[in-house]
Amino acid sequence: MGPNLLANYGEAVSAVLFCIGFTNLLLQNNLIKKIIGLNIMDSAIYLFLAEKGYIAGRVAPIVVDGVTSAESYINPIPSGLVLTGIVVSVSVTALMLSLTIRLYTRYHTLDLDEISTLLKKEGR
Amino acid sequence: MRHEKERDAILDKVYDSQRNVEMKIFRKLYHVTSIVFCLFLIALLLVTISWLPASGTVERPVNNEVSSRYIEKGLEETGAINIVAGMILDYRAFDTLGESHVLFVATITVLVLLRLNKTEKHEVEINDRQFEPKNDTILQFVATFLVPIIIIFGIYIILNGHLGPGGGFSGGAVIGAGLVLYLNAFGFAKTERFFTEKTYKGVCFFSLSFYCLAKSYSFYTGANHLHSVIPKGTPGAILSSGLILPLNIAVGLVVACTIYAFYAMFRKGGF
Amino acid sequence: MNFICNFPFFSILLSLFSGTVCSILPAKAAKAVNRIVILTTGILSAVLLVYLLDTGESFIYRMGHFPAPWGNEIRAGVLEAGMALFFCVIMYLSMAGGAHKLYGEVVESKHNLYYILVNLLLSSLLALIYTNDMFTAYVFVEINTISACGLIMIRQVGRTIEAAVRYMIMSLLGSGLLLFGLCIMYDLTGHLLMSNIKESVSLLVVTGEYQIPLIVSVALMCIGLCIKSALFPFHAWLPDAYGYSTVSSAAILSSLVSKGYIFLLIKMIYRVIGFDIFNSTRIIDMLFVFGLMGMIFGSLSAIKENDIRRMIAFSSVAQIGYIYMGFGIGTQTGMVASIFHILSHAATKSLLFIAAIGLTDVSGGSRRFVDLTGAAYRNKWAGVAFTVGSLSMVGVPLFSGFISKLLFAQAAVQVEGKMLASLIVLGISTVLNAIYFMKTVIRIYTSTQEDAYAGITFKSMKAYAVVLLFFILLNVILGVSSQPIVDMIEQGLVMFA
Repeated sequence: MGPNLLANYGEAVSAVLFCIGFTNLLLQNNLIKKIIGLNIMDSAIYLFLAEKGYIAGRVAPIVVDGVTSAESYINPIPSGLVLTGIVVSVSVTALMLSLTIRLYTRYHTLDLDEISTLLKKEGR
Repeated sequence: MRHEKERDAILDKVYDSQRNVEMKIFRKLYHVTSIVFCLFLIALLLVTISWLPASGTVERPVNNEVSSRYIEKGLEETGAINIVAGMILDYRAFDTLGESHVLFVATITVLVLLRLNKTEKHEVEINDRQFEPKNDTILQFVATFLVPIIIIFGIYIILNGHLGPGGGFSGGAVIGAGLVLYLNAFGFAKTERFFTEKTYKGVCFFSLSFYCLAKSYSFYTGANHLHSVIPKGTPGAILSSGLILPLNIAVGLVVACTIYAFYAMFRKGGF
Repeated sequence: MNFICNFPFFSILLSLFSGTVCSILPAKAAKAVNRIVILTTGILSAVLLVYLLDTGESFIYRMGHFPAPWGNEIRAGVLEAGMALFFCVIMYLSMAGGAHKLYGEVVESKHNLYYILVNLLLSSLLALIYTNDMFTAYVFVEINTISACGLIMIRQVGRTIEAAVRYMIMSLLGSGLLLFGLCIMYDLTGHLLMSNIKESVSLLVVTGEYQIPLIVSVALMCIGLCIKSALFPFHAWLPDAYGYSTVSSAAILSSLVSKGYIFLLIKMIYRVIGFDIFNSTRIIDMLFVFGLMGMIFGSLSAIKENDIRRMIAFSSVAQIGYIYMGFGIGTQTGMVASIFHILSHAATKSLLFIAAIGLTDVSGGSRRFVDLTGAAYRNKWAGVAFTVGSLSMVGVPLFSGFISKLLFAQAAVQVEGKMLASLIVLGISTVLNAIYFMKTVIRIYTSTQEDAYAGITFKSMKAYAVVLLFFILLNVILGVSSQPIVDMIEQGLVMFA
């Protein structure tokens, strides 16, 4: 164990959340729960990034009263990356949900294994 | 007939996932391995994090010349008071161009999956009308008040993207939410008067083309060391910071339409 | 700066923009736009390649008004330009070869959406090839994933949608790991541009700081990309996705999409971490072992398969195993062999998919081997093309597969510890390849007494035959005049570092 686990408690939480989301995406049979897992995983990464940008005692990077010294604001890059990441995760979630809708209207189940079994029975 | 029944019985037996021992063992094994893997991943990441530079401090590799230039010169070089907006729409605009196309390609895949043809759509529409609360007075009354406020708030967020917290994506999402509320209160018959598939296509096409072309111009001039003719304006004024405001508007339009399109597609496979 | 230096930027933006334009066009016009864009991008890449070979130097092109650590950048060298040209050629041929199947398999009103997806896929592939920024790479990886998913499920039968779900789940796990690794890397170095990260990383290695996070971050990014490119244990989605999607999609997915991720991995190894530093970690051993396992298990699954398309799909698993084995060998020659195999596999696999569709078409649409008996007599062009593809996969001289196997063997011999394992597995895998491909070839050339299905005349499939001819030519060119290409790859790798 390294020296900074306590100082990095925010990152530690995000790592645990990431793994919870990861396992949900891997393990759950129910497609909706899988999608929830995906969202937990993505949010955990944004939490991690937000922690990385934070500097104690500084404010959000929006120029106030024309003060532009680097000592007053937190790091803007992680915030920008989070913004981009959120859009990606919204798009992916929409795609996954529409795939789920499509499968549900056809097979009336959300269980992916059950759907595979049905497909194999159909022989197509 | 008997033949088919026999075949079905055999198929049921072969694919009986509940009683198939092999499948059961495989599933158990899969579950156990996944959980072990997850625990291992947690341990690994925690160890990694314990070695990372301490969060919240100044002396870290991330607080280097890159972030300090964004802060110190951002206002002067991009004209945006919101440094993050200046960063994602000017310094690192290529990422953001990609990002808006991620949204675009996602809508295309949703259209591929859920868009129905005319006859199917008619059936679904009849079904949909049954579930739709007809003329719910409370909802309609609240919506008449709320929808304009929500949409105006969304426009405010978009137009202030370069001056304060906000920007195209968040503002667009707010407007989209307002449209969805309007749709739920008054039904498709009302929204079809101003929002059809044609509107969606047109808005998306014009916004994205504008985005693409404007950014291409700025990339091209930047790379070839040409002078860009786009004025920066006075920082703090509403008409300032070069391309950031128009780009925010374009992104906002795309996002608002996309959110609405997602909802309409999920609900009945068409606008 | 020479005007030609703008070409990578033009090709990315052109394909991105054409995606938007196709959204308001009817299907026919969208098809024309799509073809023109692929052709134009190919020509631009070819001109760029000639220019780069002439000057012998790579160049950096900044995207915007701000220089290196602040703005985005793209970068072009011989390898990048060559790869872009090759991808365009394969994509054009795959689109042309599968065009006639599109009408039966995809709803007419969704054709223009198909071309949008292909255009965006092309632009994301080009961006992955040219980018010099890790975060840009992540964004375009997502575009690539989503549009590939669209290509899988545009033919809407149950199997493809299920395969698309499985594909998305696997890909999202991969993207999650990639992004997490990227964030850790950003925290350690404070940069997102490849060249700046590399400087910081080599500094960190010298000072010995942050060793554990560095290794973990590299490992996470590698595993993420491995998952996305369907390396052996992560290939569950692959057979259905390649086996049931419309044929152009299958050809593009198998030959280009997974290769885009692999190329990004190569780029990462050279331009982000540094080849020597990467080789000193245990990660390459991991890649080596998974590669070897993929080579054997992929082929074993292919032998068991009773469906020609799924068999070809499983063979992809084995071929991706080859590529990762080349990485795992950990020398420059191994890397050259892997890159050559990327080309050779892309050319061969798309040929096999396109040829297989010709064979199944004259067998009543069935893909089972029983029905394919004698199919090569009914569709002679497809039969010949399938045979060429099979011979190339098995590694018969004159065809591209032979050269890549030769290069792999040469690379393996140079490394003491990994020689035996890789040579043995290479041998076993070749035998397995021969079993299932030759079985198929013999099957399609076995004449049947009663002709259950009508043959096809040359007239009705002129365009298809021409495409097959080009594919065969491409394979033979790669196989016969491989030396200049290998030289080019070596030159490109030198430019990388």
